[in-house]
Amino acid sequence: MAERIMMKGNEAFAEGAIKAGCRFFFGYPITPQNEIPEYMSRRMPEVGGTFIQAESEVSAINMVYGAGGAGARAMTSSSSPGISLKQEGISYIATAEVPCVIVNVARGGPGLGGLTPSQADYFQAVKGGGHGDYHMIVFAPGSVQEIIDLMYEAFVTADKYRNPVMVLADGLLGQMMEPVVLRDWEDLQIPEKPWASTGMVAGKPQSVINSLGLAPEELENMNIRLQNKYRTIEENEVRYEEDGVEDAELIIVAYGTSARVSKSAINKARAEGKKVGLFRPITLWPFPSKRLAELAEAGKRFMTVEMSAGQMIEDVKLAVNGKSEVEFYGRYNGAIPSVTEVYQAIMKSFEGREVHK
Amino acid sequence: MKQVFGYPESLQNRPNHYCPGCTHGIIHRLVAEAIDELQVREKTIAVAPVGCAVLAYNYFNCDAQQAAHGRAPAVATGIKRALPDRIVFTYQGDGDLASIGMAEIVHAANRGENITVIFVNNAIYGMTGGQMAPTTLPGQKTTTSPYGRDTATTGYPIQVCEMLNTLKAPAFIARVSVHDPKNVMKAKEAIKKAFEYQVNGKGFSLVEVLSTCPTNWGMTPVEALKWLENNMVPVFPLGTFRSLEEVSK
Amino acid sequence: MTLEGIFAGFGGQGVMLIGQLLAYAGMYEGKQVSWFPSYGPEMRGGTANCSVVVSDEPVGSPVISEPDLLVAMNRPSLEKFEPMLKSGGMLFYNSSLIHVTPKRTDIQVIPIPANDIATELGNAKVANMVVMGAILKKTGVVKLETVVSVLKKTMTGNKEKLIALNQQALEKGMELVG
Repeated sequence: MAERIMMKGNEAFAEGAIKAGCRFFFGYPITPQNEIPEYMSRRMPEVGGTFIQAESEVSAINMVYGAGGAGARAMTSSSSPGISLKQEGISYIATAEVPCVIVNVARGGPGLGGLTPSQADYFQAVKGGGHGDYHMIVFAPGSVQEIIDLMYEAFVTADKYRNPVMVLADGLLGQMMEPVVLRDWEDLQIPEKPWASTGMVAGKPQSVINSLGLAPEELENMNIRLQNKYRTIEENEVRYEEDGVEDAELIIVAYGTSARVSKSAINKARAEGKKVGLFRPITLWPFPSKRLAELAEAGKRFMTVEMSAGQMIEDVKLAVNGKSEVEFYGRYNGAIPSVTEVYQAIMKSFEGREVHK
Repeated sequence: MKQVFGYPESLQNRPNHYCPGCTHGIIHRLVAEAIDELQVREKTIAVAPVGCAVLAYNYFNCDAQQAAHGRAPAVATGIKRALPDRIVFTYQGDGDLASIGMAEIVHAANRGENITVIFVNNAIYGMTGGQMAPTTLPGQKTTTSPYGRDTATTGYPIQVCEMLNTLKAPAFIARVSVHDPKNVMKAKEAIKKAFEYQVNGKGFSLVEVLSTCPTNWGMTPVEALKWLENNMVPVFPLGTFRSLEEVSK
Repeated sequence: MTLEGIFAGFGGQGVMLIGQLLAYAGMYEGKQVSWFPSYGPEMRGGTANCSVVVSDEPVGSPVISEPDLLVAMNRPSLEKFEPMLKSGGMLFYNSSLIHVTPKRTDIQVIPIPANDIATELGNAKVANMVVMGAILKKTGVVKLETVVSVLKKTMTGNKEKLIALNQQALEKGMELVG
């Protein structure tokens, strides 16, 4: 087995990107993700890459748009208020179908909010955020190792579908340290990008990276093409992890940090004989709706645990479509739910339901 | 028979959408000629703005990327860093560059990005229908300054060249005009020089081109050219503000 | 076996460092570990703290609501975290700086005159290592040799000369509770 090293989540985003062949990073300082640009500023020169501390989040995402449109593996990172600023660029990037990776190490909002971890950017990440009918593919890592692995998957998937991929974490995942194994991806190769705007060299036809469609029919066709692509992504790219759902009566649906806390709470409740399992979406878009619908059909009930006022719960409710009960437990002031709190929420959910089906 | 005039290879042979008498057409041609003469068309990537020139990629015969309003210098930065041997230029209007995109242009210039910026200043927002621009002249009437630009509440026209010339990094900064043939020739010279700077790896180059907007100014094309000469040139003095050789003297 | 610990003190008292040291040592001994710091404005003034989990199982929550172990290097830390400690948990507190006694009676209270011992050793900065030594002895969660090998890996360059002093401090801490 390869050597384990301790790594901070934020450093893992950065090194994971480098391992995935990313050589262009454009960012702007904001807590709690500053270790990412700091790491990149040190590391990019070592691997012949480019680091630019942009003048703003807005410029950073547009630099990503430029570099991605020129065929490079490029990324930016920020935290909630900064991600809001990037939405214009993300909408353009999604529409112009430029592959790139955007990391959001989210913090408590709304507004300037605070610096502590939050999952309140779920809607922004999965429902658009910017204007228009577009989707980012959204990965939600649950550990530092998974950050590294998903950064690779993020770049591969971005290139595969010519689509921006967001890796959505929170300040806790960014700041925590865990042992990781760094690997060199054997199949690492950046695909040919004939669509890229790289110059009309040797008779290559003109490439225009563009999101403009002034004629209504042209714009509708562009949207139809995007929607068809999104259906393909929904068909092929759903990722999730299940733990103890088979015999479960109650399934906790949680991602990222919430899933970690829930896991500990579930262990405690299991020790008390409660049949409770964990369903952890790894892709937030596409959302694992099909599987949740199956579990609802099988008679399971659900509780989402979120560091927000309840955002993902809407997707869970849509997925189960009234066939099952969906409860919620959350903290939404930038606070992290404690194991005890989640445990108590689970136990409460079982009160008065002791009759097993 | 010797051909004495033709279409530059770097310009697509198709009608454009610009209003009659608008000087965008002349400026497009000058840019295309400069690219042709430097023989860099195949290596060139244009960045189109939001504004009247949003469709510039339909006219320039080179690869292109369309940028969000004001963001062209950031997009160009990304392209140039990814492909340093390519020639990257932005083509931006006054609202795009000097209002919403002020941060992007200042910082691209300040980094000394090896890109070329063609800045078309016609003292008005053209595409959106004639609103006040950061370069609108004092007293000039627009759809959002119907009583004339009031300097007491809206300030003064921003002199982009002068402002960027306070920075250390830029290699070439010039302001030209296209209101008569003599000035068109000078404009061509400056635009070509700006691209030469990039080809030679000298760093950031910008040419501000004073341009007309007969439609939104409410004038005939000829009146507009006269108005530019009589009203804009005194506020935006023509000349070369920076060229690296002169600085290094 | 799972050990969940909170390490708290003023910024500069080295609580983040000994938390990391424990996590690293756990990792080198093949265990699952996590380290999570308080961050943001808390880093400046007030109390800094970090949560460390060392376990044979994959780590669930890296945030701890009922620690098995609490290190309080100053009084505000003691007051903030003492109520959270699990019944039967261990409280190591810096009795050089904390002149009140912990209130709880359902926990093991281990006073360590960390600053006094460190000063005797010639450098007040190793007070954290004295506490770390006591933790090693009391919990047996990782071995002294592992901790020393982590120090050797991480303290390079002009810090190398401080390894011996740190090791001495660890050993003093162990003796104290031995």
